[in-house]
Amino acid sequence: MYTEKGLLDKLKSFATFSFIPLFAFVTVLLIPFLVGFLLTFTDWNGIAAISSLDYNWVGLKNYSVAFADKDFWTALLLTFKYVILVVVFTNIIAFAIALLVTSKLSGRNFFRSIFFVPNLIGGVVLGFIWVFIFSRFVEYIGDITNLAAFQHSWLVDPDKAFIALVIVSVWQLSGYMMLIYIAGLVGIPNDIIEASSIDGASPWQRLRHIVMPLMIPAFTISLFLTLRNSFMAFDVNLALTGGGPFRSTELVTLHIYNEAFRFQNYGDGQAKAVILFVIVATIAIIQVLATNRLERT
Amino acid sequence: MKIKLNFKFLLAVIFAIVYIFPFSLVLINSFKERVEIIANPLKLPAEFSLTNYITAYERMDYASAFFNSLIITVTAVIVLIIFPSMLAYYLVRFNYRRNQIIFIILIASMIIPFQALMIPFVSIYGKLDMLNSRLYLVYFYLGFGVALSTFMYHGFIKSIPMALDESATIEGANKFQIYRHIILPMLKPITATIVILNSLWIWNDFLLPSLALFQKSRTLPLSTFSFFGRFTTDFGLAMAGLVLSMLPIIILYLALQRQIISGISEGAVK
Repeated sequence: MYTEKGLLDKLKSFATFSFIPLFAFVTVLLIPFLVGFLLTFTDWNGIAAISSLDYNWVGLKNYSVAFADKDFWTALLLTFKYVILVVVFTNIIAFAIALLVTSKLSGRNFFRSIFFVPNLIGGVVLGFIWVFIFSRFVEYIGDITNLAAFQHSWLVDPDKAFIALVIVSVWQLSGYMMLIYIAGLVGIPNDIIEASSIDGASPWQRLRHIVMPLMIPAFTISLFLTLRNSFMAFDVNLALTGGGPFRSTELVTLHIYNEAFRFQNYGDGQAKAVILFVIVATIAIIQVLATNRLERT
Repeated sequence: MKIKLNFKFLLAVIFAIVYIFPFSLVLINSFKERVEIIANPLKLPAEFSLTNYITAYERMDYASAFFNSLIITVTAVIVLIIFPSMLAYYLVRFNYRRNQIIFIILIASMIIPFQALMIPFVSIYGKLDMLNSRLYLVYFYLGFGVALSTFMYHGFIKSIPMALDESATIEGANKFQIYRHIILPMLKPITATIVILNSLWIWNDFLLPSLALFQKSRTLPLSTFSFFGRFTTDFGLAMAGLVLSMLPIIILYLALQRQIISGISEGAVK
């Protein structure tokens, strides 16, 4: 480690190595975030310049407005439902696929490449691809099979549109999580696996008692990423359902976006954004603490 | 044993079909006319007509959107190699208490959802008249991307032995020369991972450019969005637009899939 004595040296190395990135970080991310937090306690209307200070402190009024908004609660509950479903299914499927493509399987590299493809494409384009499937293609299946579930586009029915949203998200995320699980599985030393088969462990016992405990770091990363991604999901929601029909599939991020840029409700929109941050931060902290404990035992 | 292997293979094939089906459906229908799609979306096109593609290419202003995306992504990705690697070097190698605090703030910032700062961001930079150029957008990408890239470089630089720095110092190199000639060349593997992650993020990003760019400098996701919005019911045309939008990254993936997959796997363990 370097320790410099002179103030001039210190300033010089700071300026050389860290001034530009830190300046960008502070101006682009930190200041808007902190200012946004402070603004939730004022009656700023979203139009006046923030620097004009042409607004008053109103305490927690924006928060009480936000919490009194029924649409916000709907969006929050829907987001929780969405996050749980996406996290559970993504991780189960990703882990299962990872087991499959790390076993003795011909063409396993080819399969890995295939499963990763949805991650290459942006959420907006993915959403549009599935718009076609859940509307035109579903109706076509309905025509030829007469099945009730396929008579109409899934995107015009609130429940089915929500299921569609979950399907697309799981489809998109699982390829990435598969790579994380593959990295974990490949990292398990071969002799441990061999020792367990010599001791007569069945494949299931081996998976349950040898492989899965060794995979806890991979589970941690994957859980963290799926939680974060699904709480912040926006693009697919916007492109696939646009929050419709009648704002029934609005996740909380899209809800905030619509409040701000469609309905110009900046004050409580920003309060909702802070609430979203608090939820995400709390879950992230709980998760890190819980997995740390699990790893130690 | 043989049967078991085949069962696994079959399972993998079924999964692969499910994963690839949406793309194939889009591809098939992009060559068809509307009536043909309505009649049977599963059937191969009667003839591979490029009419939809030509129309979509023009209406999307494809060439311009493609180059905007390319310029922004390449510049931002380079910027996100240079500055985070320097910052990480500084945070690891310079022994100051505050460096640890800076590092913790950077990590903590990664859980801030964009929506939590979107409204003040638009207000501040709108008033500064900065929501209209590709150059400022690159600057925003530096601000939003610096935490993750620095975090990854930080872990890697920590594992480089101090002895290398010390021997370079004895030979008369200054700090910047050490960074430039000793550290930076050793960062190649982690840089590959960072480049892949940042390229996918920036190339596909929708929300930030939708807030920070004018019509004339639209990127590919923005132009796809408005194009699809206008032609949703003209299925064939819309599908051709989607294929065009995916084409560059798919071609890149076909060429570099081994590197992309292994690069991301490397990053996943860290």
